[in-house]
Amino acid sequence: MHYVQIIFTLAWRNLWRNHRRTIIMLAAISVGAWAMIFMTSLMRGMVNEMLRDGIRALPGHVQVHHPDYRDDPSVGNLVSLTSAEIDATLAGAGIERFTARIRVPAIISSERESRGVTLIGADPLREKSVAAVGSEIVEGRNLDGPDDGGVVLGRKLAEKLETQVGKRIVLMSQDPDNEVADRGYRVVGLFEANLAAHEEAFVFAGRETVQKMLRIDDRVSEVAVAGDDYRVVDALLAEVRVLMGKDDEVLPWTELDEYLGTMLGVMDGFVLVWVVVIFLALSFGLVNTLVMAVFERVREIGLMLALGMRPSSILGQIIVESVLLLVLGLIIGNLLAFASIIPLKDGIDISIVAEGMEMFGASSILYPEIEKSDVILANIVVLVLGFIASLSPAWQASRYEPVEAITKV
Amino acid sequence: MTAVRCIDLCKTYRQGDQDIKALDHVDLEVEHSGFVCLSAPSGGGKTTLLNAIGGLDIPDSGEVWVAGQRIDQLSKGELAAIRLTQIGFVFQAYNLIPVLTAQENVEFVMQVQGVAAADRRSKSQAILEEVGLKGLEDRRPAEMSGGQQQRVAVARAIVSRPALVLADEPTANLDSKTSDELMELFVELNNHHDTTFVIATHDQRVMAYAKRLIKMLDGRIVEDIEQRAA
Repeated sequence: MHYVQIIFTLAWRNLWRNHRRTIIMLAAISVGAWAMIFMTSLMRGMVNEMLRDGIRALPGHVQVHHPDYRDDPSVGNLVSLTSAEIDATLAGAGIERFTARIRVPAIISSERESRGVTLIGADPLREKSVAAVGSEIVEGRNLDGPDDGGVVLGRKLAEKLETQVGKRIVLMSQDPDNEVADRGYRVVGLFEANLAAHEEAFVFAGRETVQKMLRIDDRVSEVAVAGDDYRVVDALLAEVRVLMGKDDEVLPWTELDEYLGTMLGVMDGFVLVWVVVIFLALSFGLVNTLVMAVFERVREIGLMLALGMRPSSILGQIIVESVLLLVLGLIIGNLLAFASIIPLKDGIDISIVAEGMEMFGASSILYPEIEKSDVILANIVVLVLGFIASLSPAWQASRYEPVEAITKV
Repeated sequence: MTAVRCIDLCKTYRQGDQDIKALDHVDLEVEHSGFVCLSAPSGGGKTTLLNAIGGLDIPDSGEVWVAGQRIDQLSKGELAAIRLTQIGFVFQAYNLIPVLTAQENVEFVMQVQGVAAADRRSKSQAILEEVGLKGLEDRRPAEMSGGQQQRVAVARAIVSRPALVLADEPTANLDSKTSDELMELFVELNNHHDTTFVIATHDQRVMAYAKRLIKMLDGRIVEDIEQRAA
């Protein structure tokens, strides 16, 4: 304990001995820590937004399908339970956020244009609890219920079809017997989505209306279930697997959309690489500072050794000096990062590059997100690598021969 | 009782192509409470002998005994412990730790020894008063004169009552008045606390204070004179 006190006293005072050098190094560490956390929060915000958008663009956290549906997403591959049975099973188990929907490829035709789309036969109330796409109505109204006879289109699709709210369109698909199934619908609303691709791809109609059109009774092609956290879906996955039985395939979003699932892992790896790269740049300055500090104090170190201080205490003194410098720099850097991220919580408008961002699924507003794990990672990496970087000069200092060090000119 | 015993010490340094014999079969015995000056021209071996006695330098051959313990075969850690508990050092210059105040410098050795804070404080204040530095406890070395710094170094060397104090050219950077004051302080400590002093010097005035003067030349003891101290 007595050693700890003298080591900390010496380390702290030596730190401020050449205050200009210490301040420069502190500034470097602070800016480095700020850059680590700030840039990571921007990247994390962008990726999380992409993930959330991707998950809320219909997948949910867990989905149930006929085992062949993913290879052939046609009306022939339907979930084994009816939508009424699904409602009873999942709601009965206390699961609140789920929706059973029909999701089939279809052709939509206005009086001027035709396009291939994905037709979603949905219960709008249940759909809203899981997915975001289709819920942001900008013109007209949303579907009233599963028996609503209208359709809701994306605004971009409406533009392409040169149609509008109030006009009629025709949706055409196939029934289970491979016969053409079609029906005329009135456009009751237009929705906007974060991604233009979603506005062009999805058409929402009432589930019961679509079931009648496709002649599939009360059957659905997909059940989407949402939990509390998209990162933690294992428990929900297991529960839904038990509830839905073995006839259907139950998969998490990471497997349903491998691009999104991979992105999460890539982002975690990117954060680590980013933090380590910044630290490597910092470490040169840190090591140089410590080497200079040790070089300037050779005689004093010799004196302390001559007076009976153990070499390990000299080692500890230099390491503590380095760690104090790192901790101070990290505190300032963390505060700077939080101070610069919090004012941006309402998002950064990057619509100037929106089209480019949309290519990989990002929206035009970037919301920085500070994740506790990223902040902890950045601080731990700096401290641990800083500790390792300081070992060499500290070791050299502790290896001095006192008699040589005292007489060093 | 013997405070220091050196038996057949040899130490050779390599300087360029030449071997320099810093210690050449040196035998020395210093009694407890002795006051010995090692005198030699530069390169005569006095600092090497002092360093060997202090466990700062390991001789090539021979034996060094301090307070009844052979120290020339000890590890670095064991030597550090001996220096910490048995020996007080006063060097020619760069004697103090610049970032510590006078009192903290004096307390340094006690702190490393693990002496309790209150005990350290009372002892350091008493010893600083004894060496005439009362009121300067909170000054850092840069705020003190050379003489005051050496007094702090002496206070640090003797505060934990070591059996032996080794001083290497302690007056080299001091004016004659301050040198005399410092030597009188050494004599007083030697008389009152029975501390053994071994001082390496080539200052005639310092030698005059010694009870025993050992002259060295080319790493050998050439004269060992008992004298009546000034």
